[in-house]
Amino acid sequence: MTSASLTKPSRRTLLAGSAAAAGAFTFGFSIPFAGEAKAQALDTVKEINAWVVVKPDDTVVIRIARSEMGQGTLTGLAQLVAEELNCDWSKVTTEYPTPGQNVARNRVWGDFSTGGSRGIRSSHDYVRKGGAAARTMLIQAAAAQWNVPAAECAAEKSVITHKASGRSLRYGQVAEAASKLEAPKEVALKDPKDWTIAGKPLPRLDTVPKTNGTKIYGADLKMPGMLNAAIKDCPVFGGKVKSFDAAKISSMPGVKHVLPVGDTAIAVVAETWWQAKTALDALPIVWDEGENAKVSSESIAAWLKEGLDAPQAVVGNQVGDVKAAIAGAARTVEAVYSYPFQNHATMEPMNATALWTPERCEVWTPTQNGEAALAATAEASGLPLAKCEAYKIDLGGGFGRRGATHDWVRQVVLIARQVPGTPIKLLWSREEDMTHGRYHPTTQCKLVGAFDKDNNLTGLHMRISGQSIVAGLFPQNIQNGRDPVVFQGLNPPGPEASIGYGIPNLLIDHAMRNPHVPPGFWRGVNLNQNTIYLECFMDELAHSAGKDPLEFRRALMKNHPKHLAVLNAAAEKAEWGKTLPDGVFRGICQTMGFGSYVASVAEVSVSTDGKLKIHRIVAATDPGHAVNPAQIARQVEGSFVYGLSAALYGECTVKDGRIVEENFDTYNVLRLDEMPVVETVIVPSGGFWGGVGEPTIAVAAPAVFNAIFAATGKRVRAIPMRNTDLRRA
Amino acid sequence: MAKLNLNGKTLDIAVDGDTPLLWVIREQIGLTGTKYGCGVAQCGACTVHIDGVATRSCALPISAVTEDQKIVTIEGLSPDGSHPVQKAWIAHDVPQCGYCQSGMIMAAAALLQANPKPTEADIANEMTNICRCGTYPRVKAAILDVAASGTLGRG
Repeated sequence: MTSASLTKPSRRTLLAGSAAAAGAFTFGFSIPFAGEAKAQALDTVKEINAWVVVKPDDTVVIRIARSEMGQGTLTGLAQLVAEELNCDWSKVTTEYPTPGQNVARNRVWGDFSTGGSRGIRSSHDYVRKGGAAARTMLIQAAAAQWNVPAAECAAEKSVITHKASGRSLRYGQVAEAASKLEAPKEVALKDPKDWTIAGKPLPRLDTVPKTNGTKIYGADLKMPGMLNAAIKDCPVFGGKVKSFDAAKISSMPGVKHVLPVGDTAIAVVAETWWQAKTALDALPIVWDEGENAKVSSESIAAWLKEGLDAPQAVVGNQVGDVKAAIAGAARTVEAVYSYPFQNHATMEPMNATALWTPERCEVWTPTQNGEAALAATAEASGLPLAKCEAYKIDLGGGFGRRGATHDWVRQVVLIARQVPGTPIKLLWSREEDMTHGRYHPTTQCKLVGAFDKDNNLTGLHMRISGQSIVAGLFPQNIQNGRDPVVFQGLNPPGPEASIGYGIPNLLIDHAMRNPHVPPGFWRGVNLNQNTIYLECFMDELAHSAGKDPLEFRRALMKNHPKHLAVLNAAAEKAEWGKTLPDGVFRGICQTMGFGSYVASVAEVSVSTDGKLKIHRIVAATDPGHAVNPAQIARQVEGSFVYGLSAALYGECTVKDGRIVEENFDTYNVLRLDEMPVVETVIVPSGGFWGGVGEPTIAVAAPAVFNAIFAATGKRVRAIPMRNTDLRRA
Repeated sequence: MAKLNLNGKTLDIAVDGDTPLLWVIREQIGLTGTKYGCGVAQCGACTVHIDGVATRSCALPISAVTEDQKIVTIEGLSPDGSHPVQKAWIAHDVPQCGYCQSGMIMAAAALLQANPKPTEADIANEMTNICRCGTYPRVKAAILDVAASGTLGRG
């Protein structure tokens, strides 16, 4: 059966909204790493600069280099540009430049990578300068038309006025003239206290199409003549295809091709995706499972356990002499924690569409890093980069899965190369997505705390054993055996992911053990498990010392005022210490990562038969500057859903070298009935730019686990919580 | 050849009877607002209305759907996005990535049609769709808003 009528080519649809194609004018501004001040046009339109386009009708199109995946960066970045542009916010729209345009223009838009909560925190400066430069040029153009000094003119809400003469012009009226001016060499940025667009809880720019079915995701693309592909990669990581019997399915409805994809996967290409998947499920495939076919969760855990006491480890943070402190302690406290593999489980499974010809290869895909998608396209296509293009599509969830590797892009290009001239859309089944992730790394942690005879904490040793994401993805970045991100939240004092406690003797070290299951950056990354390890153990130490968990922490945080201020903000809002209803108990925790300081208090109850109810979460965050408080609140709420899903249920187990959980029936996630009230406290202290998409994930689990201890006397040390029996006899 | 009543129109569909309704909607009819999330009726991204009842279309073979059953997808919920649930979704800025939201909206609309004044417990019991971005608090608030406005009901 053929599909019903196919709509317009997706590329045209995607590009139809392009301001460049619509004949407007763009304003250029040179950013430090861009080698051009006056750029060539997007397509055919001349321009002055990369970030801002003003159409004759005053519509302002703001170019966004980062990817929108639900986190609201599109709106937040547009607010920053619009703030400096002094434009009418009601006339702002956005568009993505393509990765190929960025390459061709010497990276005028900078970094496309959208991860590490850095959408705003690492591009705020140059996008604001782009907006300020455009404003300056628009004012100059108007001043020139009036033959008055630009300094006598001002702009507000897309209108330039010359107060002395009472004249005014709209941005759209001077856009063409402004586009011909030189970009200013320097521009001054506003003091955030003067912001009127940035810093405000404005509605998102992209909501309406997400409420009526018109929003097009990668999985929804249609192109004339397009065929659909389903794929199965070897279920055991590192294994290969031994053989497959295409004849068995070649006559099934709609089937066009049965194709090898590299030496590890098989794809079926059919008229519809359902036909492709149905045929693929019926295809006999024999796998060469390779050397990992006997690996299990148990064998991995045993290997990591050995690392907890291994003589060799890489030091991440060291103060004083922890071994002497432990040897001379009046008493010590010890605990071992563990964290499993977890799948990102984006709601939209991995997908991409590719069109390959001997002359050119184009890919359309949801990606957190358009440039990396383009690089993957070129590498798989056999064509030079200049003959390739990748078009970014908004993501149906990212969470880190769609950034560092573009394994699905490589696959679709390898398929499309075998069907030249035909657009191929590859969509992973949920089962393929669950079993071929780039998983949250697995680690264990042994913690030993030392107290003197007066009950003061004199030493802490944290030994982390387990997987390194960097070793798995970018082994060239391992320096002297050290993974630079494995100590997130545990680093020495500094601007990123630093520990919030002053402990006289401290040793945090890592024994790297890399199982064959591929790791990836998973929203919150290593801050997640490191904060569980440290903050649950701090709770253990506080209880062992007979001290209130908040007071115990405060005493160690005197030299960490930003960590302490956020902890206090959470405690105050949660009314720490105030009596709770019968059966309800609190837990508290704090951490620092992705440039921001965060803390939370959880209120929970646990029934005698072990059922947990999380009643309320208070989450405080200091991201330095708050660009859109409403979006920050949404990110914080969402991060608790993500973090609590991981804490309560998230576990991908390994058996016979493969991932066991194939769908949401066995890989459960938090649903609405379990969602606590989340109260977000935003305490921006200024002076720095922190992220908001990830940090609060890390304070979801420890606060809840600490509250569970308060309620039950039981410690959750093996994540997820479902592995701990909370029933009371 | 099967006949389907979808968004008020009767359509002729030539497709294998085992094909799930979701894929008929997406690939034969060409309406892509209804999403694939799991294929096993777990996540609810594929939720449509069949005779007003929220139904997960990904695990429902087309052969089990009859011509006189009225199917409504997100595209047919209102002609112009003005259904009270859609308006509440916009007012609360509910969606983040948005991929699950067609299903969320369809589930909420069916809930409110059947139970115009749901309690928080009713919402928790009925809204079992998965959202990985974590929009649940806004989903609940938007539904309560529609309930308070009294704009939906059996009339």
